[in-house]
Amino acid sequence: MALSKEQIAQRIAREVRDGYYVNLGIGIPTLVANFVRDDIEVEFQSENGVLGMGPFPFEGEEDPDLINAGKQTITALKGASFFDSAMSFSMIRGQHVDLTILGAMEVAQNGDIANWKIPGKMVKGMGGAMDLVASADNIIVAMMHTNKAGQSKLLKECSLPLTGVNCVKKIVTNLAVLAIENNSFRLLERAPGVSVEDIKTATEGDLIVEGDIPEMTF
Amino acid sequence: MITKTVANVQEACKGVADGMTFMLGGFGLSGIPENCIAQLVALNVKGVTCISNNAGVDDFGLGLLLQQRQIKKMISSYVGENAEFERQMLSGELEVELIPQGTLAQRCRAAQSGIPAFYTPAGYGTEVAEGKESREFNGKMHILEHAFKADFGFIKAWKGDTAGNLIFRGTARNFNPNMCGAANITVAEVEELVPAGELDPNDIHIPGIFVQRIFQGEKYEKRIENLTVRKRD
Repeated sequence: MALSKEQIAQRIAREVRDGYYVNLGIGIPTLVANFVRDDIEVEFQSENGVLGMGPFPFEGEEDPDLINAGKQTITALKGASFFDSAMSFSMIRGQHVDLTILGAMEVAQNGDIANWKIPGKMVKGMGGAMDLVASADNIIVAMMHTNKAGQSKLLKECSLPLTGVNCVKKIVTNLAVLAIENNSFRLLERAPGVSVEDIKTATEGDLIVEGDIPEMTF
Repeated sequence: MITKTVANVQEACKGVADGMTFMLGGFGLSGIPENCIAQLVALNVKGVTCISNNAGVDDFGLGLLLQQRQIKKMISSYVGENAEFERQMLSGELEVELIPQGTLAQRCRAAQSGIPAFYTPAGYGTEVAEGKESREFNGKMHILEHAFKADFGFIKAWKGDTAGNLIFRGTARNFNPNMCGAANITVAEVEELVPAGELDPNDIHIPGIFVQRIFQGEKYEKRIENLTVRKRD
């Protein structure tokens, strides 16, 4: 069975280590916060200006002056801080943020990522994504392996306008965990019940498969 | 003591004219200069360029200026929440320059700080880099970005004093401090204006030197764009 969006988030949460400052993108990445082990200390950064972001507020306790990068109302945890946008991107560009998790429309086997624009169709903008991918050392992409038409989103080359070049290190899809290595996708783990053949079929880019590929457990 | 107080929003916006470039603080609808935006709508200035991270929603924030076709060009990082914006952009009525969010903040900060240009890795290898100088530092490629130039900056702060000192609240801070002093004239609107001396100098986020005009906004709607709550157990 392919992973649900929650399971993709759950698998990515295992990459989060004690003491990490983490920036979560919109969509599946936001769900990662729900699955981080509670015996480790992690702080979430939202690029609109908060470090130490907490869960959504209880009804009636929402504050228009306290939102995340998706413009959702949030809370601030003990030890949180607020800051301006320039300082927020000093944290990001200055590589003080340990892990960046974001979504993608396409990833190429050289680590290029496209997630901000479909020419003539979807024009929303890049927000902080270009700053994040250009500077972060540790980027994990959360995405579906194929689009709705069944076409691969893990490509030899991105067809959409790029967000960043040679920057993605790891990808967690509904079918697999993969690393970018030697201009290829290296298969690391399979979703439960998904075969190596299934993943090969769903991957347009070059796929390295070596030895036994373990199945993820939940 | 130098006083920056003006009587009202009409006086605060004196001098705005067709074809000018404005900087406006805010992220989404949080920390936007609501009173100044309402005044720009009332004045109906046309052909303006707006530097703002977002473009509001259809019926609030900069969306109100879009409705009246007042904006010639938007410089933003994310414009996803506004259908009228998308329509004007795709039809070519509205010129749009989309730039990375950190670059937007830094171009404001550079203007504020007297730094004409700076290198950043954001956007290298993408269409954002087209036509820009690039250069390698420490084995990594960067592109040259320039400080903004603007006629007016419209800032929203939580508290301010008559000397123009500002304090922001929560994530309504966002681009506001970076835009202070980045335009020829900085107009700050605040929820609470107090006499100089009442705010502790230790608490000031932006010193009054960066602000030319300050006033207390008549009212604040502070609309929430994406209300998200959790259930009590």
